[in-house]
Amino acid sequence: MQNSIRTPYDRVVMAVPVTIPYVRYSIESAQWWIGRALKALVDGAGITPRDIDGFCVSSFTAGLDSGISLTQHFGLCVRWIDTIPLGGASAIAALRRAARAVQAGDARIVACVAGDTNHVDSFRYTLENFSRFNQDAVYPYGAGGANASFALIARNYMRTFGARREDFGKIAVAQRSNALRYPHALMKAPLTIEQYMSARPIADPIHLFDCVMPCAGAEAFLVMSEDVAASLKLPAAKILSTIERHNAFGDDPVQVRGGWAMDVDELYAMAGVKPDDLDFVQTYDDYPVISMMQFEDLGFCRKGEGPDFVRQHDLTIDGSFPHNTSGGQLSVGQAGAGGAYLGVVEAMRQVLGQAGPTQVRDARIGLASGFGMINYDRGLASGAAILAGPGA
Amino acid sequence: MIEPIIKPRRKNPLQRTRLPTSPPRARSRASHGFTRAASEGRFMLQRCGACGTFCYPARDACPTCLSADLVFADAPRRGTLLSETTLHIPADVHFRERAPWRVGLVAMECGPKLVTHLHADCEEGRPVVMSFQLDKSGQAVAFAHPERETPNMADDRQWREMTADPKFRRVLVTNGRSIVGQEAVAALKAAGASIVFVGVAEPWKPFRGEDALRALEGVQIVPLDIGDEKSVADLAADIGGKVDILVNTTEHVRAGGLLDRQGTSVMRDEIDQSYLGFVHLAQAFGPAMRMRGSDGVNSAAAWVNILSVYALANWPMFGAYSASQAACLSLSHSLRAELRPGGVKVVNVFTGPLDIEWFQTVPPPKVAPRAVAAAIVSALKRGLEDVFVGDVAEDIRQRLAANPKAVERELGA
Repeated sequence: MQNSIRTPYDRVVMAVPVTIPYVRYSIESAQWWIGRALKALVDGAGITPRDIDGFCVSSFTAGLDSGISLTQHFGLCVRWIDTIPLGGASAIAALRRAARAVQAGDARIVACVAGDTNHVDSFRYTLENFSRFNQDAVYPYGAGGANASFALIARNYMRTFGARREDFGKIAVAQRSNALRYPHALMKAPLTIEQYMSARPIADPIHLFDCVMPCAGAEAFLVMSEDVAASLKLPAAKILSTIERHNAFGDDPVQVRGGWAMDVDELYAMAGVKPDDLDFVQTYDDYPVISMMQFEDLGFCRKGEGPDFVRQHDLTIDGSFPHNTSGGQLSVGQAGAGGAYLGVVEAMRQVLGQAGPTQVRDARIGLASGFGMINYDRGLASGAAILAGPGA
Repeated sequence: MIEPIIKPRRKNPLQRTRLPTSPPRARSRASHGFTRAASEGRFMLQRCGACGTFCYPARDACPTCLSADLVFADAPRRGTLLSETTLHIPADVHFRERAPWRVGLVAMECGPKLVTHLHADCEEGRPVVMSFQLDKSGQAVAFAHPERETPNMADDRQWREMTADPKFRRVLVTNGRSIVGQEAVAALKAAGASIVFVGVAEPWKPFRGEDALRALEGVQIVPLDIGDEKSVADLAADIGGKVDILVNTTEHVRAGGLLDRQGTSVMRDEIDQSYLGFVHLAQAFGPAMRMRGSDGVNSAAAWVNILSVYALANWPMFGAYSASQAACLSLSHSLRAELRPGGVKVVNVFTGPLDIEWFQTVPPPKVAPRAVAAAIVSALKRGLEDVFVGDVAEDIRQRLAANPKAVERELGA
């Protein structure tokens, strides 16, 4: 195992995992959802909005508002601010930035929030206005959105590594079974592998149950020092290590790996743990193929062994490899940038023993990852964090 | 393998005409380098002047060396289809009503990767040949073709969305008296047009080539005097709903500039015939064509203008004529914008002096009317927008790109 030269996140913790229950469509604004999350944070921490002196926000649907406009909207007076537009990698990036700010004394309590609304036309608007490369060179080609882009990646992955639809189906079915125990999941009906296989095609080989359902919702957490958490009597999760990487492996003709593969050794070295030591894993599951890629890139198996890894494991909460214990975006829904936070917030609950019906027994250490921004032909942003409970 | 398209039956008049919709048309400014390439049928990519890297999508700095010296250059067309998908549930109306729609990812031999529309005969893992095309929004898109000719290749459903192929379409050629008009009729018939209406002013007056024209099957001579607003409106009332391609072959050429002419009567004639004739045609036929841009196999598809290349740079020996052509060129850009919501292309065919009576004193090279006809059909089949026929037109195009002031001085010498 390599040694890490990175400064550890000593005495910095995450507290107050917040999920504002999702709805399929909302007539409220993104600001409304972000406001509900902030309110839940202050209520959960027993503080007032004036105690928040750092603010980090992510949203696709807040219109012209970035973090600075939102300070006035919510009456926050902060000395540290960040707006993170990294899509599915936003939560990992938020906790990395906030943790260093707290560690350096630039802020005392940082509120990290992602919230998005979903009006009936929000999703199409986001697709049409995603990025310049997407507008110029992807969207005019059938207007398939992310489904089309990930279809090209999934098909190449299947052909290259022998993954079958059944393997992706096993991931989706296990997550649905987890979601039936998660109170906020939008998908409430059981899913069988037969239903998965016979679902209608969206963009071959992507079928209906490979896709997340866009929805409205918000997720949030606080980052503070261990001492502040103790003074507020808040249960707190430790940050053992993090990685972040963008636009990696640009020469791969089709994406078969994400940026995690570049930094995974450091992820475990900094944490001082091995993949086997983890009690659960929350991958970024915009499509099952991306979760499968992460099993490889995050060190649970080698490149190309993802399909076999899935065949060998039970991915449910009580299984041999508890994965996406909330049900993930595939079964809970994708609340815009909130999708980035879903796994991180659930990981906090798990290591704090607060996951309730989805609690993995004796969970002490877990991993959450993020992936985002399919700008042209591949997802650009990636990140991961290993969190630990107070007893670990 | 492509099944040949079948000739559409007569339209049920009670059936609603499906309205045209546009594919996504927002583009960055840099991306219009591809629009330019597509309009002329060239395959161009940005190439870094500093390090030689080809890149895509359109950028404002080289991703290898960060130089800002990115120039659109003709690029090798070959690549390999890496992966493909068929879209069943697209996000917008245009593609949803055309689903399933097939797209893929192509690795170019010169480096970049292109997300692209696919011809149905493209196979994963196999070589493809790329082009840029103008889609129904008028913007450029990449299109992958199989490496070799395949049966019924031009009948591919996705390819036909990019072109204005005359096959099974109904065409109006506006001037049957001119040799260019007669050659265009023959070429369009040979290209599979189901009927060609040929406008002839005062049809009781015999003209050269009339017998041959009348002998062609699927050709119908119709009365049309484009300088006369009522004549144009009458014809549109009769056939306006079934003109899928309109070829404006108006020809009114007179020598001379300003100072050697007395009064304005010759100029009025030029304006009446060329410019106002165009206006009459556009107002009479344009609205119906725009409505019918999505009307099945024989949807309205294109409007073709034959213009003198001296529309782009005045040739004082034919100075007033050049000016009338410049007016028509400008108007064509308005028409292009106005027909765009219908997905109907406006094709400008620029020619040098034609080998016809009115250019008798002009030395060669001159353009054979048959070459103009061939260029019209080729432009329609390839989906082009700006076409230069013959050596003089190509010469002017290149010289204008190099130094417009030199062209002005030299044409006026």
